[in-house]
Amino acid sequence: MSKRLHLYIGLVLVLIVAGAVLVSYLWLPFAPDDTSGGRLAPPGGDHLLGTDKLGRDLLTQLLIGGRIALGTALGAVAVGGVLGLGAGLLAGFATRWLDDAAAVVLDILIAFPTLLLAMLIVAGTGASLGTAILAIGLAMAAIVARLVRVLVKQVLGRDYITAARVAGVSWPRIVLSHVLPNIAPVLLVNLALQAGLAVLAEASLSYLGLGTPPPNASWGRMLFEAQATVLTSPVAAIAPGLALVTLVIGMNLTADGLRLGVSDADR
Amino acid sequence: MLTVDRLTIRNRAGRALVEDVSFSVGPGDRAGLIGESGSGKSLTALAVIGLLPPGLTATGEVRLGDTSMIKGQEKLRTRVRGKVVATVFQEPLTALDPLMPAGRQIAEPIRRFRSLRGTALRDAVHAALDEVRLTDTDRIARSYPHELSGGQRQRVAIAMALACRPQLLVADEPTTALDVTVQAEILDLLDRLVDTHGTALLFITHDLPVAARVARHTHVLREGRIVESAPIADLLARPAHPYTRTLVDSARRFDAALGRHLS
Ligand SMILES: Nc1ncnc2c1ncn2[C@@H]1O[C@H](COP(=O)(O)OP(=O)(O)OP(=O)(O)O)[C@@H](O)[C@H]1O
Ligand SMILES: [Mg+2]
Repeated sequence: MSKRLHLYIGLVLVLIVAGAVLVSYLWLPFAPDDTSGGRLAPPGGDHLLGTDKLGRDLLTQLLIGGRIALGTALGAVAVGGVLGLGAGLLAGFATRWLDDAAAVVLDILIAFPTLLLAMLIVAGTGASLGTAILAIGLAMAAIVARLVRVLVKQVLGRDYITAARVAGVSWPRIVLSHVLPNIAPVLLVNLALQAGLAVLAEASLSYLGLGTPPPNASWGRMLFEAQATVLTSPVAAIAPGLALVTLVIGMNLTADGLRLGVSDADR
Repeated sequence: MLTVDRLTIRNRAGRALVEDVSFSVGPGDRAGLIGESGSGKSLTALAVIGLLPPGLTATGEVRLGDTSMIKGQEKLRTRVRGKVVATVFQEPLTALDPLMPAGRQIAEPIRRFRSLRGTALRDAVHAALDEVRLTDTDRIARSYPHELSGGQRQRVAIAMALACRPQLLVADEPTTALDVTVQAEILDLLDRLVDTHGTALLFITHDLPVAARVARHTHVLREGRIVESAPIADLLARPAHPYTRTLVDSARRFDAALGRHLS
């Protein structure tokens, strides 16, 4: 499959989820706390996907879970992207011992498991969507920073940077017009990948009860709650699982397709 | 104009990559620096513009006019770059930012040193492209580097370097990456431009015939040291150092082989 096809399929998958989430803000099949459908109703009729063990509409839950998944992805990428880019730029320009120190610190941060970091933060502040986003974003920032540091060093070694400096271009301008555009393609690919990982991380946290607290449905918690009844009402497990896979694969394929831009820039 | 006095460049481990190099280039002069790959030519060039890569340190002295490119304030060196000294690099692929149209890259030094804006800036960019004999300047100015040929890219790089009329041009193997016919064109162009503007030239190459074309007083660099300095004609006729002799001999053998095939 060509990279372009990856990009298109990936974007379509992500847009399906994003579209459903947008619709959810205008219209939901049922109120999130409406339990009038009865417990564990099978799919069909008013309840397209049936109801969960508390009698809530599953499609409604799924849509709300989509909001949380996308919100986490955007929030974590924003936190991780901004912090990571800032720290990475600083480290990229640092020389000698400061640079060595930055490299070691980033490696240690990256070795620290995201979920463990999240648990520590949750232990301090209590489980919430904000905490989950913060934890995932912080872990992402370290990975982004390490990447940016290397990319910046690479770009700074190119002749056109020396040419720009000979031409008297100031450092801020060199960063804005030469460094950032040249690291952007690789950075975007990485952020798209990280977005997929963030969605998975949030689902894992919620599955463990460390993410979004009830009554807000996260796909991870839906999976956890469907566990007990997976044989009698498999849809309750399959639906959030499928949604999760769709979004994550969509983001990964998008990332893969964006590599197209990277090889363009390298040419 | 340019004086390099006992320049030594060391890496982090303290190993000397360039050692005790001294030479000078007067106003309007054309100096050559010749040596094999890894002999320290590019590092010498970078030291001349005061932009050594991080981790390398220079001792000795490099002066451009009154300004030290090694010691003292960076602010003073910034004033010298572009106006007094400019550079053309070896690799036309990395000498231009792949994500910026050629015209905008040429505009950068012009905007800064000649304070032009708007149409005046645009006109100056076109004049600069015109000067390096690029036709269809509109298209070239809008092109990204990958849309240009190697020769065109190198012309753009020369236009960018000469746009602000520097007194010294440091050309680090500007034709090495080009094929022979384009190489000859670019050398002629450099030759002519440097002549018309009275620009001094520090021409770096590993190729003796190329040096013979543009350089006058030439320094032979080997493993970071200058082993011989003489006018290029004398180097060719009476190479004193054994290393220079091997350079001359291999160039001659190449010529002879060509001659045999042609006759
Ligand atoms: N940034 C750097 N850090 C450490 N060592 C370097 C660096 N750049 C160059 N060197 C070393 O310095 C020596 C001289 O390098 P230089 O680039 O000046 O060679 P050159 O004569 O320009 O060769 P070429 O003809 O291949 O361009 C080489 O041994 C090289 O490995
Ligand atoms: Mg070199």
